[in-house]
Amino acid sequence: MSFVEYSELIQEGDVVIIFMGHDSMMPIKVQSGAQTQTRYGVIRHSSDLIGQRFGSKVTCSKGGWVYVLHPTPELWTINLPHRTQILYTTDIANITLMLELKPGSVVCESGTGSGSLSHSILRTIAPTGHLHTVEFHSQRAEKAMQEFKEHKVSHLVTVRNQDVCKDGFGITGVADAVFLDIPSPWEAISHAKKALKYKGGRLCSFSPCIEQVQRTCEALLDHGFEEICTLEVLLRVHDVRTVTLPLPDFGPEEYYADSTQTTSDISQEDVNTSVICRTATPPREMAGHTGYLTFSSKPRDQRCE
Amino acid sequence: MAECVNDSDEESRIAYGDYVVLKRGEVFKSVQVENKKKVIFEKQWFFMDNAVGQLYGTMFEIVAGGSLKHKPVKRAGDSLDSKEAGQDNRHIVDDGRSQKLTRDDIETLKEQGLKGQEIVQQLIDNSTTFKDKTEFAQEKYIKKKKKKYESDITVLKPSTRLLAMMYHGREPGKICHLRYDTLAQMLTLGNIHAGSKIIVFETCAGLVLGSVMERMGGFGSVIQMFPGGGPTRAGMESFGFPSHFHQTLHEFPLCKVNAVLAGKLDLSEKDTENSRSEETAAEKNSEAQSMEISLDPQEQMRRDERDRLREQRAQEKKVKMEEKRKKLASAAALLQDRNADGLVIASRFHPCPVLMGLIKFVAPSRPFVVYCQYREPLIECYNKLREQGGVINLRLTDSWLRHYQVLPNRTHPVLLMSGGGGYLLSGTTVDAGTAKTKNPHKSEEPDAKRLKLEEKASSCDSSV
Repeated sequence: MSFVEYSELIQEGDVVIIFMGHDSMMPIKVQSGAQTQTRYGVIRHSSDLIGQRFGSKVTCSKGGWVYVLHPTPELWTINLPHRTQILYTTDIANITLMLELKPGSVVCESGTGSGSLSHSILRTIAPTGHLHTVEFHSQRAEKAMQEFKEHKVSHLVTVRNQDVCKDGFGITGVADAVFLDIPSPWEAISHAKKALKYKGGRLCSFSPCIEQVQRTCEALLDHGFEEICTLEVLLRVHDVRTVTLPLPDFGPEEYYADSTQTTSDISQEDVNTSVICRTATPPREMAGHTGYLTFSSKPRDQRCE
Repeated sequence: MAECVNDSDEESRIAYGDYVVLKRGEVFKSVQVENKKKVIFEKQWFFMDNAVGQLYGTMFEIVAGGSLKHKPVKRAGDSLDSKEAGQDNRHIVDDGRSQKLTRDDIETLKEQGLKGQEIVQQLIDNSTTFKDKTEFAQEKYIKKKKKKYESDITVLKPSTRLLAMMYHGREPGKICHLRYDTLAQMLTLGNIHAGSKIIVFETCAGLVLGSVMERMGGFGSVIQMFPGGGPTRAGMESFGFPSHFHQTLHEFPLCKVNAVLAGKLDLSEKDTENSRSEETAAEKNSEAQSMEISLDPQEQMRRDERDRLREQRAQEKKVKMEEKRKKLASAAALLQDRNADGLVIASRFHPCPVLMGLIKFVAPSRPFVVYCQYREPLIECYNKLREQGGVINLRLTDSWLRHYQVLPNRTHPVLLMSGGGGYLLSGTTVDAGTAKTKNPHKSEEPDAKRLKLEEKASSCDSSV
């Protein structure tokens, strides 16, 4: 297993996602001899997991069962231990597309946070790209580094424990894309510009508040960035279900001009008094705002031409 | 800077044969750069030849005769600033006479070969109300006029972002109204990445195929399932992938899916039979013809010539058939293992049979994602999958995309695009077979038994 490569069978040291139900999953690290408690009973790693195929069903001690899934950045995003507020898949998807990430891309990110976006970036830029991620909180930086190792992607990433607004990304002229998720992104724009390739690149900044966006856009303009574009994406998850709509009773049909005795008899007894309808309903409550995404292109450096 | 030297500019120069994306304002167009080919874009025509050898990202202006001229970049303080401005519009009257230049005057200016920027300046100078407009209104006026008279065209390297935005803007019908944010979800939810084996079924002009291939970077394999006579790839071609990407691309006709699933796909016999019957038909045809023809020697020679050509053509056809068969065989081999790493569907067909058929080729614990312009067919897919089992994490979603105008004191949403981006059904495959056990590969159950098990599984699943 690795976050950037599928494998068929579960091995010692793998991270697997235990699927217990739609909103009930957990990541576990597979270790021979270890056990994991779930509400369906215990899972014994040596016998229940190691050597099994990803996606198979595992019976727990109490007779209940779970599925073991291959980890993906998307599953990791909904299961990871939060050290900070994280980015979710909907925003990540748009960031990835609009930053034009692909295998081989060199990307800068700050802050690393809980590594939700980092895993997604790594998946997309592997096997030839590289992620330079900057986190000013030393404990978080360390934890992220440890996770990358466990997830077998550490060869694709460099974690730097520094303040991106003061010290930048630690690289110059090599990045295809820069992503900023920090409280004052406008202070990091000049560093972003420096990190990007001289022939140009893409930038994205994520901010929850419009005032942050405003300042960021001004800074981008000042630094010669082009194609500045701010957008917001909201995801609606529809609940698929079967609903029953009762039919109203207008009284016996015998009073109605054309109806005969027999049909009204049937309608009283046999005809359904309701209609079953398959539908999908939008959620009663949904995430209405995560953050604004501001994208922009750095043009080719004039000096270097 | 040392980095500047390391970065080769060679690959970022426009060359003949390249697929490029032209940009003017917010409008895009994809073209292939060809010798002396006339390109029509935004009501203007020009030749791309002068762009060859220039760097990607270069801005051009169109000059007389339709040739492109490299436009030196001028940034910030781009002239056209005016100092005077009004406070509000209480004294501005719309009498239709504020612009002193007539349409004819403007045409004359254009014919004189005045640059767009100069025309805009003329318009401003000849507008009696311009000075009374507020600063914001002035800016808006200039922006509008610039858009009309300044025809700068930027030549860009194609990418999923540009092509998806282009298709959505120009020809949404061709891509089943798949909006770019929805495409973004598909690529991410499908966990598309280098080294995997992905099955794609699309009727989105090849845009979805191209975007999947871009994310795979030439590592792994893509099997494009196609309806009818052959796959559509115009959108994919527009990406201008290097040739080794094409080696990872396979194709397989949808009409042979049942045969593969039943393990009864016998490529060799069927195709040779086909070609043989065609050949005999052709022979008969020519015999019939020859009977009518008199035996005049010239005629005879012509006939021989014709026969020779026909044989040559038949030979070529044979070679082609052989190639086609090889391709079919290689795609079939990839499918037969039933261990694909992902499935992406986006078509004008009803997604239900497509999904139910193709999901059988996907390995357990892999994501799949189905796009449909409408919600109802996906509700049906959802219910069918639930009944059949073998999948978890089913989600029916759509996304809303809202753009913002961000300017000092003028920040607000631009446009609400709702509903039009289509719907997605995504999920993860799981082993539908027996609940765990010591021997992992127990998937070869008889069909009836498996169905029962799956039913049990899905009922359990919903209770969880």
